[in-house]
Amino acid sequence: MLNVLHYPFIQNALFAGTFVAVVAAIAGYFLIARGLTFAGHALPNIGFAGAAGAVLLGVDPVFGLFAFTICAAVGIALLGREIRERDITIGILMTFALGLGLMFLSLYSGYAERVYSILFGTILGISQLDVLVMAVVSLLVIATICALFRPLLFSSFDPEVAQARGVPVRMLAVVFLALVAITVSVAVQIVGALLVFVLLVGPAATAMRIVQRPLWIILIAVALGVGYTWLGIVLAAVNGSWPVSFYIATIAFVIYLPVRLLSPLWIGRGTRRNIGGGPENRANETEHVTAARRDNDVSTLPA
Amino acid sequence: MLALFQLDFVQNAFLAGTIVAVVTALVGYFVVLRAQAFAGEALTDIGFAGATGAAVLGIGSLLGMLGFTLISAFAIGALGERVRGRDIEIGMVLSFALGLGVLFLSIYTQSSAAHASAGVGILFGSILSVSRSDVLIALACSCAVLLALALLFRPLLFASIDPQVAQARGVPVRLLSILFLLLLAVTTAESVLVVGVLLVFALLVAPAATAARLTHRPRATLLLSLLLSLSITWGGLILAFAGTGRHLPAGFYISTLAALAYFAAVLFSRRAPRLKYKMVRGCREECVSAEG
Repeated sequence: MLNVLHYPFIQNALFAGTFVAVVAAIAGYFLIARGLTFAGHALPNIGFAGAAGAVLLGVDPVFGLFAFTICAAVGIALLGREIRERDITIGILMTFALGLGLMFLSLYSGYAERVYSILFGTILGISQLDVLVMAVVSLLVIATICALFRPLLFSSFDPEVAQARGVPVRMLAVVFLALVAITVSVAVQIVGALLVFVLLVGPAATAMRIVQRPLWIILIAVALGVGYTWLGIVLAAVNGSWPVSFYIATIAFVIYLPVRLLSPLWIGRGTRRNIGGGPENRANETEHVTAARRDNDVSTLPA
Repeated sequence: MLALFQLDFVQNAFLAGTIVAVVTALVGYFVVLRAQAFAGEALTDIGFAGATGAAVLGIGSLLGMLGFTLISAFAIGALGERVRGRDIEIGMVLSFALGLGVLFLSIYTQSSAAHASAGVGILFGSILSVSRSDVLIALACSCAVLLALALLFRPLLFASIDPQVAQARGVPVRLLSILFLLLLAVTTAESVLVVGVLLVFALLVAPAATAARLTHRPRATLLLSLLLSLSITWGGLILAFAGTGRHLPAGFYISTLAALAYFAAVLFSRRAPRLKYKMVRGCREECVSAEG
């Protein structure tokens, strides 16, 4: 069991996986807090399309990943304000990008193995250099999030009040999604477009059900994310034939399910309402009130 | 051009495309109204797990997708208390299903020496390989979904715009929401046939969202959504078959046309009120006029 840890490729996978898990868990907390879960799913897919385009042009897929995800992140941040429209905008941007990706793939005559590996990940086939790049990018993203921590938290939970207090809410939204895009671009090459989403949402969603305070949620999310990744890599290395992404996704789900079902035992009813996109709920409530006022003439339904 | 229509696979593609376009346009309206775009997207990805699982077991992919999406729709409906808080539950079910999909795909490609790109056919659809029996299954599913939608139309509309009031009036809101997710599951499973897992959004949400930006009465929106969906699908198929020199896949044309239509509508209706208010107001007027 433990002797698999001596292989250099397992060590590389563990190092890279750790960095990805830490950044993804931190970014994932803010993604959920801002009600942007869908964006966390869309950005890796968009990145896949970018990678396909880069392979077609004959450049390194990394450039395509960065170009597509960052453009899409800025687009998502700027285009959709209301949640319903934002989800639609994200979805249509994603579909458009994937359509382009499909075209790139069909134009590319060679065997685009690197593109497929971006979809499903190659965590067991990464080099020392990949680990180094991961480490540097992850530290930069974490440092930026730490620097912006307070305004980011404020604008995530109370966008209107933050705006009134002079916090550049719009700007923060763009910067935050750009950070997510960078995280996704680097992570996708190693863990695959499908797995990034698991690492973004799984640990943070579970942590939110365990504790209440933002800092504790982030710490527990990081611990869970790193734990899932290590366990997943070791299991995949021991078993040998099943993919890492399957193990990590399953562990994340198996841990989330009991926590989700039992959380009412330790989370009071009053606070429970704030879980699951707290700010969105609040924002929606106020929106609802203003909407109801505006539509006063038709808001009373027929008796 | 017309000679193309003599070919069997072209006929099947157009038949399947038309059936799917009709049902996605109408179900899509409620997806947009109920803000369940993410659920629609998640169910299609869950369909991916179902399709790859079916490939491993050697049964029809449509059956596998139906099985998986129906179970997941039920799980999402049962776990999520309210529409807004559902994002996380959807995300968790989705990521688990994706993990399973990756597992099935890797077992499938290992066992049958198939190419890793076998999954790409499922991910991006293969409308050219749709068989006559697929068309018949899609037709049967669509008829069932449309019939259910017609029966549930008014309570569903009511429960979608004003869940609390509907609940107070004795409309079974929770049951309706689970029923709608089940309808959505069937719809996404069959539309994967035409545009593949990754591009279902192009037919499920884009036409309805475009229509909702341009009109606001439910009937007009549904009709416009239907027209848009049909023209996007046919346009995409014709472009793919008639070709522009290089033969590009139908999914690419369909998703591009859909995205262009939506963004054109966004530009066109920039000054219009927000989508939510517009749609809800339209539905309320509908309810008022129906009562009066």
